[in-house]
Amino acid sequence: MTELSNPQPAKPPRSQWLDVWDQFKSHRGALMGGALFLFIILAVYLGPFFWELEATQINIRHRNQGPSWEHPFGTDQLGRDMLARMMAGGATSVSVGLTAMLLALFLGSFIGVMAGFFKKLDGPLMRLTDLFLALPLLPLLLVMMLLFREPLNATFGPEQGIFILIVISIGVTSWMPTARIVRGDVLALKEREFVMAARSIGTTNSSLITRHILPNVLSPIMVSATLGIATAIITESSLSFLGLGFPPDFPTWGRLLFDATDYLQQHPERVFWPGMAISLTVLSVNYLGDGLRDALDPRIRGR
Amino acid sequence: MLTFTIRRLVLAVPTLLFISLVIFLLLELAPGDPMAQVPLTVPPEVKEKMREALGLGQPMHIRFWKWIVQFFWIEPQVLIDHYLGTSFSAGDLRVISWQTRSPVMDIVIQRIPQTLWVVGTAYVVAILIALPIGIYSAYRQYSWFDQLGTFVSMVGFSVPPFFSGVLVIVIFSVQLGWFPSIYDTTHVVDSWDAFVYQLKQMIMPVMVLALQITAQLSRFMRASMLDNLNQDYVRTARAKGLSEYVVVMVHVLRNSMIPVVTVIALGIPSIFGGAIITEQVFKVNGIGQLLIGAIQANDLPMVQTLTFIFAVLIVLFNLIADVLYGILDPRIRYD
Repeated sequence: MTELSNPQPAKPPRSQWLDVWDQFKSHRGALMGGALFLFIILAVYLGPFFWELEATQINIRHRNQGPSWEHPFGTDQLGRDMLARMMAGGATSVSVGLTAMLLALFLGSFIGVMAGFFKKLDGPLMRLTDLFLALPLLPLLLVMMLLFREPLNATFGPEQGIFILIVISIGVTSWMPTARIVRGDVLALKEREFVMAARSIGTTNSSLITRHILPNVLSPIMVSATLGIATAIITESSLSFLGLGFPPDFPTWGRLLFDATDYLQQHPERVFWPGMAISLTVLSVNYLGDGLRDALDPRIRGR
Repeated sequence: MLTFTIRRLVLAVPTLLFISLVIFLLLELAPGDPMAQVPLTVPPEVKEKMREALGLGQPMHIRFWKWIVQFFWIEPQVLIDHYLGTSFSAGDLRVISWQTRSPVMDIVIQRIPQTLWVVGTAYVVAILIALPIGIYSAYRQYSWFDQLGTFVSMVGFSVPPFFSGVLVIVIFSVQLGWFPSIYDTTHVVDSWDAFVYQLKQMIMPVMVLALQITAQLSRFMRASMLDNLNQDYVRTARAKGLSEYVVVMVHVLRNSMIPVVTVIALGIPSIFGGAIITEQVFKVNGIGQLLIGAIQANDLPMVQTLTFIFAVLIVLFNLIADVLYGILDPRIRYD
C-alpha cells in the first residue's frame, strides 16, 4: 500500500474570530474608524484625569479667549476651558450613546428572538414593531422630554433624571430595526439541521436559544449595535440642540454647540469643536459598522 | 391587487387609532397642569371654570372620543366648507390652540407652505443628485468615483443638520456674506430681483437637507443597481448585442428603481417631520418650528394635532410604498 499523505494539518486550526479579525484588518476605513472611536472614548473618559482644569470652573478674566497653550480650544463667555468642557460633554454624549444602544439592542434582540422562535408570538410582536415604526419619533421624543422631565428631575436630581429619561426614550424608540433583522435571521436558523439535532436530543427552548440561536445572530446584532450608537449620539445632540436635553450648566456636545450658536459671529470656532466631535464620532462608528458587517459575513470573508 | 390595497387600507385604520391613543395617553398621563401658567391671584373656582372651558373636566375616554370626532369628522368638514363654500361645520367646536385661542388646523394650514417649499425642494434636488451618483458608482464599482461617493454619503450620514447648517451659516453668510442666514417667509416674489433673493435664501437650507437625503438615496440606488448588474438577464441583454447604454439605463435601471421608488415614498413623511432641526437652524417658520414652539409653550392640543398629522403621513406613505411595490414588481403581488 502506498503511504497516505500526512493526515495531520500543517497549520494549527484557526478560530473564527481570528478570521474575522483578518478580514476586518483588510478594511482600511473600518480600522481607522475603530482606532478613532477608541481614541475618542479614551479621551473623554480618561482625559479629565490628565487635564487639571475643571469643566465648570468659571474664570471671568479669561473669558472669550482664542486657542492658546493654556486653553488649547479657547474659553467660553464665562472663561470656562473649552477642552475640559468638550471632554465632560463627550463623556455624557458617549455614555448616553452606549447605554441607549445597549437598551435598544436588548429590547430589539429579545423581541426579535421571541418573534422568530415562537410562532404564536410572531404576529403580535411584528404588528407591535410596525406600530412603533409608524410613530413619528423625533416629535414624540420631544413630547416625552417636555412631559416627563420635571417629575424625573424631582426624583433623581436634574442630571441623573434627564440621563435616565433620554436613555430610556431613545432606547424605547430605536429597537425596531434590530428586532426585524434578528427575527429574519432566527426564522432562517430555526429550520437548520443543527437546531433540529439539538432539539432531538431534548434541548429545552431556553438553552436552544442561548446556546444555538443567539451566537448565530450575533453578527447582525453587533452591526446594529454600532449603528445604534451613532443614531443615539445624534438624537441626544439634536435634543440638546433644540433646548430639550440636558440642563444648561451640564455640558454635552449638542448643548455646547447650541450655546455656541449665540456667539456665532464673534467666535465661530466654538461651534466647530463640538460639531466636529459629534461628526467624527458618528463617522468612525459608521465605518466601524461597515467593516464589521463585511468581516462578520462568512460569504465575503476570505475573498 | 385591488383586494390587497383594500386590505392594507383596512389595516391602516387600527394602526392610526392605536397611534392616536398612544399620543393621547402620553399627553394625558403626563404630569403637568395646563393651568400652571395662570397667575396665583385667580381664585380657584374661576380656575375650575377655565379648566372646564378647556374641556378638561370630563373623563378620559370621553375626551379621547371627542378628540377623534373633532379630528376625523369636523376638521374635514371645515376643509370642504373652505373649498366649496358650504357650511357643514358651522357651529361645531374645533380643536383650539391654547397659545393663540384660534383653531389649530388653521395655523397648521398657514405653516405648511413654508415647510413644503423648503423641504420639498430639498427632496427633489436630493433625488436628482442621488440617482445619477448611485447609478454611476454601481456601474464603476470600486473606482475613485465610487470611493468618493461612499465617503461623501458617509459624511452625509454622520454630520447632523444642526452642525452642517451652522457651518454653512458661518462660511457663507458670516464670512463670505453671500446668502442671508435667516429664511424670510414674508418675502414676496414679484420681480426678478425678488426671485434671485428667494433663490439665495433657499440655497443653504435646501443644500443642508439635500446632503442628508442624498447620502441615503445614493446608497440605496447603488446597492440596488449592484444587485441587478450581475443578474442573468443583463448577460442576455449584452449577448443580444444591445448597446451598453440601453443595457444599463433601460434594463438594469428599471429593475433597480423598484426598491428605490418605495424608499423615496417612505421618505416623504420625513419631509414634514424630519426637518424640525433644519427649520430651527434657519428660522423657517414651518411645521417643525410650530411644533417646537408649541412644546415650549405647553400647548398640548397643538402638539397632539401635529404629532398625529406626522403619524398619519407616515402610515399613509407606508401604504403608498407597499402598493407601489406591488404595482412595479408583479412578482410580489399578494393576490
